[in-house]
Amino acid sequence: MAYVAIKGGGQAIDGSKTVFDYLRAKQSAESSPLDLDTIQNQLRLLHGRVISEGGVYHPRLAALAVKQAHGDTLEAAFALRAYRSTMPRLAETEALDTSRMRITRRISSAFKDIPGGQMLGATTDYHLRLMRMELLNESPEQFRTIASEWFDGLNIDDIPDTFPKVLEGLRKEGLIPPLSSQVRDNAPFDITREPLVFPVPRSAALSTMARGEQGSLLAIAYSNMRGYGDVHPTVAELRVGYVPVMLPHPITGKPMEIGEVEMTECEIVAMYEDQEDGSKPVFSLGYGACFGHNEVKAISMAILDRSLQIGMTKGPSNPSEDPEFVLLHVDGIDSMGFCTHYKMPHYVTFQSDMDRLRTTRKKQDDGVQS
Amino acid sequence: MTTNKSFGFMDEYAKKEIRRSSLKAVAIPGYQVPYSSREMPMGRGFGTGGLQLTLSLIGEGETLKVIDQGADDSVNAVNLRSFIEMTCPGIHTTTSTTEAGVIQSRHRIPERPLREDQLIVLQVPYPDALVVVEASEDKRKILHGEADYSRLLVKLYEDIVKFDEITISHRYPTRIHGHYVIDPSPIPRWDVPKMHQSAALILLGAGREKKIYAVPPYTDAEPLAFEDVPFRVEDFTDENGQRRPCARCGCTTSFLDEYIDSSTGDYVYRCSDADWCNEQLMDESLLEVSNG
Repeated sequence: MAYVAIKGGGQAIDGSKTVFDYLRAKQSAESSPLDLDTIQNQLRLLHGRVISEGGVYHPRLAALAVKQAHGDTLEAAFALRAYRSTMPRLAETEALDTSRMRITRRISSAFKDIPGGQMLGATTDYHLRLMRMELLNESPEQFRTIASEWFDGLNIDDIPDTFPKVLEGLRKEGLIPPLSSQVRDNAPFDITREPLVFPVPRSAALSTMARGEQGSLLAIAYSNMRGYGDVHPTVAELRVGYVPVMLPHPITGKPMEIGEVEMTECEIVAMYEDQEDGSKPVFSLGYGACFGHNEVKAISMAILDRSLQIGMTKGPSNPSEDPEFVLLHVDGIDSMGFCTHYKMPHYVTFQSDMDRLRTTRKKQDDGVQS
Repeated sequence: MTTNKSFGFMDEYAKKEIRRSSLKAVAIPGYQVPYSSREMPMGRGFGTGGLQLTLSLIGEGETLKVIDQGADDSVNAVNLRSFIEMTCPGIHTTTSTTEAGVIQSRHRIPERPLREDQLIVLQVPYPDALVVVEASEDKRKILHGEADYSRLLVKLYEDIVKFDEITISHRYPTRIHGHYVIDPSPIPRWDVPKMHQSAALILLGAGREKKIYAVPPYTDAEPLAFEDVPFRVEDFTDENGQRRPCARCGCTTSFLDEYIDSSTGDYVYRCSDADWCNEQLMDESLLEVSNG
């Protein structure tokens, strides 16, 4: 009687918690728990992804979330997001100025050279994806040498604090729309305080995607890249680094730096369209940004920002241009929760389903006989 | 590290928003009120909409009952109840429908008729009955506003043409107060008539879809049907036309769970509403005591 076993569930839940924890600890008698700094550093991309999808910049709790979720990004982001629900919104920051980003990596595929120069930084883009067998038995000494030797011969004074934005050049030439017309539309839509009721402003779309699930964003953006849409982006600039966060001083009201957040930002340029007002055509833009170092997510988001803008003005002609389709299906916490819920007992509704099927079958039998 | 101390887990702003949305839902019977819906520490789809309603509406000294599939001790009900107990100090919990002030439920409305001083919160996966005929929420809003449910009626009609029977088993589209058609949550058809002119307030919460709606007390709730094809609840008669009784308490008027006895291979039927089943047993034993 399998269904009955589901009842009396209190003990089962406790048991399940214990065995889940056991699997984390069973490694060996001498093993020690993952420490949070290790997660934050050695699993930095996983950690960044959790911060980004969790939607709250709390590096230490994000590391804890990864630890307790045994490395499942959806679960970890979920724990972080639920923690966020307990926190009131105390203040609004000013719009962050990403031109002030302390860069760790910055590239443009639109130009061979850019003001400030291309900075490849830490990327796997040009790695050969061969198994690094030498890491199989990496000793602590070898491991520490990597960090200590890296600074040798590096002239830190040569590195500028900030880099100009690539788009600035195009804007000066008038090839892209002026800044005032597309950003700073006053108060941005706060998706944590207001439900999405369509049509939604672009700021709502951007913030939904900023904490969207990477795989979901990638899948829908990829559909556009392959042919269900035609954004054909050029990456004007992709930058990764630390952006200063400004808050008004509690007494003087003057903006002051309260810290910095690691972010990835991507600006894409797409082909021009005819201008409705008859003015000269300009390139169209797409914008993506998220917490942490996550280039696939930022690029996907930038492409979807562009496709959604097309859908918002001309009506969607494929899924990636449909704001409802994209924005209601990219949240990892929502989608994984609903997927998981199918594991819960559904025997009342199934009873009801059986009633319908049996009645329908009986009616067909009766019909054949009569 | 900070730990959460606020009553009902969520911050006060969140609870205030949910209370205001609930009031609006009561004022416009059957209308889906959008709200921001916070993430709860349990899965979207596990009753986070109902949970947010309960956490926002329950107060110290009040008595709560949580059921899932009619049972107080199924895993999800246990999980929700212990979370609410943990975050709402000073509340009482019960398995008795009579004693409860607030009842949170998934997939069932208790068999015992509810009273005016009771409130039932239903967990909702799909808040919109029109989703089976229209995928876009934007377009559905217009259809609701115009009370245009023709496509739903066409679906019911097509069912009859194809199967000689309306095939909707649960989540049966139900018109509230003569206008909005709601998805009454995945309750069986058996429970839909309990919504009609209910003495208790019925609140429905969809956390993932971010909607709250209500069937206020003493409000009409009419399942969609045709004059010549009436709405019908689940049928529990056996091959001989006899109403099957609950194998445990003998009740012949309750919604039954069906399972297979692993030793005999026979179908066994029992009350889905665990408290109702216990009450029937209690009544019988009292009867025996008074007769004896």
